[in-house]
Amino acid sequence: MDVVLQAIGLVLDPYVLAVMLGAALFGLFVGAIPGLTATMATALLVPVTFFMDPVPAIAAIVTATAMAIFAGDIPGALLRIPGTPASAAYCDESYAMTAQGKAELALGTCLVTSVIGGLMGSVVLAVTARALAEVAIQFSSFEYFWLACLGLSCAVIISTGSTLKGFVSLLIGLFIATIGIDITAGYPRFTFGSVELMGGVSFIPAMIGMFAVSEVLRYVASTHERKPLTQQRIGNPFRGLGPVLRRYKLNILRGGVLGTAIGILPGAGADIAAWISYAVSKRFSKEPEKFGTGHVEGLVDAGAANNAGLSGAWVPALVFGIPGDSITAIVIGVLYMKGMNPGPTVFLAQPELIYAVFVAFFVANLALVPLGFMTIRLSRQILHVPRRVLMPIILLFCIVGSFAINNTVFGVTVMLVLGVMAYLMEENGFPVAPTILGIVLGPMLEDNFMSSMIKADGNLLGFFSRPIAAGLGIVLILIWLVPLLGMLRGRRPAPAE
Amino acid sequence: MRLNDAVFGILLIVFAIAEIAYTRTFPSLHGQAYGPDLFPIIIGVGFLITGAILTVQGLAQRAAQPLLDLGPWADDRRNVVSFALVLLALLFYILASDWLGFVLTAFIIMVVLLKSFGSGLITAVVVAALTTLGVQALFARVLLVPLPWGLLQPVAW
Repeated sequence: MDVVLQAIGLVLDPYVLAVMLGAALFGLFVGAIPGLTATMATALLVPVTFFMDPVPAIAAIVTATAMAIFAGDIPGALLRIPGTPASAAYCDESYAMTAQGKAELALGTCLVTSVIGGLMGSVVLAVTARALAEVAIQFSSFEYFWLACLGLSCAVIISTGSTLKGFVSLLIGLFIATIGIDITAGYPRFTFGSVELMGGVSFIPAMIGMFAVSEVLRYVASTHERKPLTQQRIGNPFRGLGPVLRRYKLNILRGGVLGTAIGILPGAGADIAAWISYAVSKRFSKEPEKFGTGHVEGLVDAGAANNAGLSGAWVPALVFGIPGDSITAIVIGVLYMKGMNPGPTVFLAQPELIYAVFVAFFVANLALVPLGFMTIRLSRQILHVPRRVLMPIILLFCIVGSFAINNTVFGVTVMLVLGVMAYLMEENGFPVAPTILGIVLGPMLEDNFMSSMIKADGNLLGFFSRPIAAGLGIVLILIWLVPLLGMLRGRRPAPAE
Repeated sequence: MRLNDAVFGILLIVFAIAEIAYTRTFPSLHGQAYGPDLFPIIIGVGFLITGAILTVQGLAQRAAQPLLDLGPWADDRRNVVSFALVLLALLFYILASDWLGFVLTAFIIMVVLLKSFGSGLITAVVVAALTTLGVQALFARVLLVPLPWGLLQPVAW
């Protein structure tokens, strides 16, 4: 209990609260602008949080992402363009409601279900993380090797698009992680004599390139047409909300639970949680024929699910150091740089920091009620901010952010190279999330593999010598066998065509 | 900008061969069969396999997916110019910021990009000046990042 009070004290500090408010406004703005994602908000925040203490830094990221995921619903409802990928699942539905003059109800539903979903995810995070950490404390390099493999496999299999391209994307990330001094022998790999590359490809510039510069390039390389706002005045979003919430209370619960569970799976975050919840809602609805015509039921499920998924993703990140989505992948990179290595030992060494993360989640989700309300009322003004002015400003932030981490212009080079690479990958159907997971998990995977090999004296059966390790190994093999068998079965009839 | 999968497949295979060949120069650990080259070789083999599958798939879809498809945006000259300018702006920063200094480099980049994305000249100059000074204040004054002064060193504030 002492620790919890200490954690509350850490978060309710005026400086931390001010940082959270700033991060909240930033997150709401970035989320509400189409084409700027929650991951990009994180990427642009990191260079600033780099100079802060761990608690304000983490609190800023938590707040900005929770706000951005909700704010993504606003352009979805008003313009039929999702503000972040997590709103894409139901943006046709909410736009249909706007077309019927029910924009307030759509946005109010999204806001309140986001808050409830986010709080549910936070409760699960606070309850399960501690219990899981007690199990995880007994893990050795064998278990961590399998866990890292599991995380990477989920990232490939669950990711949107083709599994094959997801796998290529993962390999690219793992390769980038091998650049620099190798952990076991201390030999510089693929540095070609460059001193700057000895420490490896710097993580923050890489991530700014992949999630921010690539977005700027995509903006430039798209044909821009302005969509007019269908509804000019946005009234009180809370009007008429009571009956909706009462009628669909079970949907909120289902969305929250499903979203948290999907968030916990490594590699699957808020966007996949929203797609699956929307589909589940339609499948079990009493009136599935109304879906797509401006029916509020799917919004309730999916709106709760994406914010719940955001919190859920922190469970594996904090307990095992395995990211649940690309946002927590960035967070893990930040934690390492702050000397707070994620994993069960943090729960022993600095429990107040972990509890501070939980408290930050609660505060951020509660603050979403007034701030989200304000954003909805201001949405017309926000959507009128011209992107042709925003994009150069974002690019300048990217440059300075990449420079600031090591104070060298080499960071800008890393950002440029990975930005172009990520743009080409996404354009051609290669998902980017597995690459960032590969970069973060690569060193952990290799380190645990090498020390396990040394312990087992090169005997691969050693990886199955401990019960939990053996269990994890078998699960992993099954996960890979199922889609492979499916692929073989699916391919056989193809030549007959 | 869409390329046929076979292009990526062949690129991956070429890269994998070069990468695996290069790992032969890594030293081996004394008395151990696995050293710093083990992981890069596993990754290289992964690139070879996935590259081969992508090549086969890409060649099979050659009729539907041309080797290079720029997409509709490339028909508009202004889009192509803007795309090139973003990349050039970053290169310009990398090469010139040390000598010109952050303030001048950032200002030039901002004016050029704002102008080419469609803002008027006066808007571009005003927004560029405000952003440059704002970013300079936030990072150099508040966060103490040593942004280079370059030519402006004598009048540094």
